Amino acid sequence: MTAAVSAPNGVASCVIPPAGLDVLIRALRARGYRVVGPTVRNRAIVYEELTAAAQLPVGWTDVQDGATYRLERRDDDARFGYAVGPHSWKQFLLPPRLRLLRVRRTPGGGADAGQDGGDGARGGGTEDDGGYAGKNGGYDGSSGGTATAGPGPGRLDFEEEPPPTTRLALIGVRSCELHAIAIQDRILVAGRYPDRDYTARREGLFIVALNCHEPGGTCFCVSMDTGPAVRQGSGYDLVLSEILTGEHRFLVEAGTGRGAEVLAELTGPPAANTGVTTGSTGADDRTAAGGANSRSGDEPAPARPATSADWEAAQTGVERAVSRMGRTLDADNLRDLLAANLEHPRWDDVASRCLTCGNCTMVCPTCFCLTVEDVGDLAGGEAERWRSWESCFSLDHSYLHGGPVRGSSRSRYRQWLTHKFATWHDQFGTSGCVGCGRCITWCPVAIDVTEELTAIRANSVPGEPVS
Amino acid sequence: MTTSPPATSTQAPPRPTLAVWKFASCDGCQLTLLDCEDELLSLADALDIAVFAEASSAVVAGPYDLSLVEGSVSTPEDAERIQQIRAASRRLVTIGACATAGGVQALRDFADVDDFLAAVYATPDYISTLATSTPISAHVRVDFELRGCPIDRGQLLEVISAFLARRRPTISSASVCTECKRRGNVCVLVAHGTPCLGPVTHAGCGALCPSYNRGCYGCFGPMESPNTTSLIRQLRVLRMSDVDIDRVFHTFNAAAPAFRDAGGQP
Repeated sequence: MTAAVSAPNGVASCVIPPAGLDVLIRALRARGYRVVGPTVRNRAIVYEELTAAAQLPVGWTDVQDGATYRLERRDDDARFGYAVGPHSWKQFLLPPRLRLLRVRRTPGGGADAGQDGGDGARGGGTEDDGGYAGKNGGYDGSSGGTATAGPGPGRLDFEEEPPPTTRLALIGVRSCELHAIAIQDRILVAGRYPDRDYTARREGLFIVALNCHEPGGTCFCVSMDTGPAVRQGSGYDLVLSEILTGEHRFLVEAGTGRGAEVLAELTGPPAANTGVTTGSTGADDRTAAGGANSRSGDEPAPARPATSADWEAAQTGVERAVSRMGRTLDADNLRDLLAANLEHPRWDDVASRCLTCGNCTMVCPTCFCLTVEDVGDLAGGEAERWRSWESCFSLDHSYLHGGPVRGSSRSRYRQWLTHKFATWHDQFGTSGCVGCGRCITWCPVAIDVTEELTAIRANSVPGEPVS
Repeated sequence: MTTSPPATSTQAPPRPTLAVWKFASCDGCQLTLLDCEDELLSLADALDIAVFAEASSAVVAGPYDLSLVEGSVSTPEDAERIQQIRAASRRLVTIGACATAGGVQALRDFADVDDFLAAVYATPDYISTLATSTPISAHVRVDFELRGCPIDRGQLLEVISAFLARRRPTISSASVCTECKRRGNVCVLVAHGTPCLGPVTHAGCGALCPSYNRGCYGCFGPMESPNTTSLIRQLRVLRMSDVDIDRVFHTFNAAAPAFRDAGGQP
């Protein structure tokens, strides 16, 4: 007897009890993944490394509005009964700070000979290295490894930061977040300038998605057509639906072959498992699952095949989420609307409220701007190149030959909003917004993109500036 | 063409000289230099410390390649002395809120200094002081201003390293929020309802207070484009009283224009 049945659409699936999440986390860790998922820290639900399902935000939800986020107790033990929090997965795929390069200088030879005679022999040696080794292919920005440069004031050794080797598994990725990851993929993997570090993190990624049943007060994914249901084939390995009506359970579906392999481990001991089917056998199935008898006593309750009631409950959860969006936005042709309203008086209005603090860009799951800085030690012997999240709200971001191009906060807010909702289409083929609502919740003064865009649309003044 | 032997060619070139000067201040920023424990030997290797009263009473005559100036100008003598220091210094960097914005002692700017003298001193006639406490930049040209009360150790080393390497220091003037978010902190203002000046405050501390669940109180002074009016509206939403709002802006950087104007008149 099989422990998993075919979904209506033919993918491998099963139903697990909440304790089955521990099996999932263990299975992923056993495969060498560092598992990252939601947990409560400092009165918010953040994304951190998980080693056990007990770290999930059991029984917590969040109440969100502009500039306010509060955790509250639920009257059930939901594991994913919250909306998105202050973190996005870019925390892990595009880290806030990353060392790119290390440079070490070994004194000797040339100009420093008198100062450091003891190293003369080594310094002399670098003279024969034929100049900048970069020419020889050592440091070309993509190959990794080390290179040397000399002669001159000693010898310079360049060591590029190797790409990360730890593979990540993300648990609880909502549809809006899958769309955000896909947007960053288009820019950082498939774009004109692929990012080596991001690509390495992305390639090893295992995604456990989540059908969103619990939108927040600032969510508007329905308006942006990015959720709340996870779309089949949208890049996840597994997708969960948390069902709270009746018996507390999770409907698990596989989206990839490796997802199906992990799913098979949920349904029975790996050695004994024969459970997963990917065919289209008809599936009714209120019968108890197989595999249970083969489990030892300390194993969680076993998985069982999904029933039509499970599918219906999961579908109902998504439908209820659709009707509970905290925000709505008329997203129809925002590109042309904004292009035609670059002198709209609303820009002055929002500029009077905008703090130019950059919080919206930092919490946005698609914002990808980075700044690169070199730091050196006092002796001039070592230097490092670091990159960090940057914001288009900083003056440095548009600093060119002696001054910032976007000096006013009006121009900076307009740049952000028009890029996100309009010129992003021209540049990357989609909107830059997935409707997750983070920029609304985490703006310290509650500036709401849906309100700003609605105000511009309500009083669209194409062409002439309004005085 | 010279025939003298190249006596100096086998010696290390002279190291740049460093002088540290104190004006009206608490010495905390100077002490940050001594707090650079791991880097002290490198510092002493890279620079000749010519004047630094917190470390040595020995004083080497100028001129100096790099002067670090702590403190504000609050007496007629100081107003004279800073001119001499500027004239003797190739580069002059102010360190800390006093030197950069007048410090907490600039609260005198909002009151009558004679009233203070009468209240504090038995014989005010002996006291020679100015009516205001002003930043160094109000008196002489300043090459770089390092913020903070006190300054950040890492930023001080960055400014000195940049000076030695003849490059611009990498010091962001954006908000504390950028550092806070990069650290992955949960925003205390949004998630806890804690009043926080981070959005209008100059980065540099690494979001120290919010990392310990405290609101930023602005010790690095105003960021590059502070919108205090908008933030104050939100501080009132968070039930911060007008008195507390005035006080939080009128502390270490009371005389920095953006914060001076944000606090109410006493």
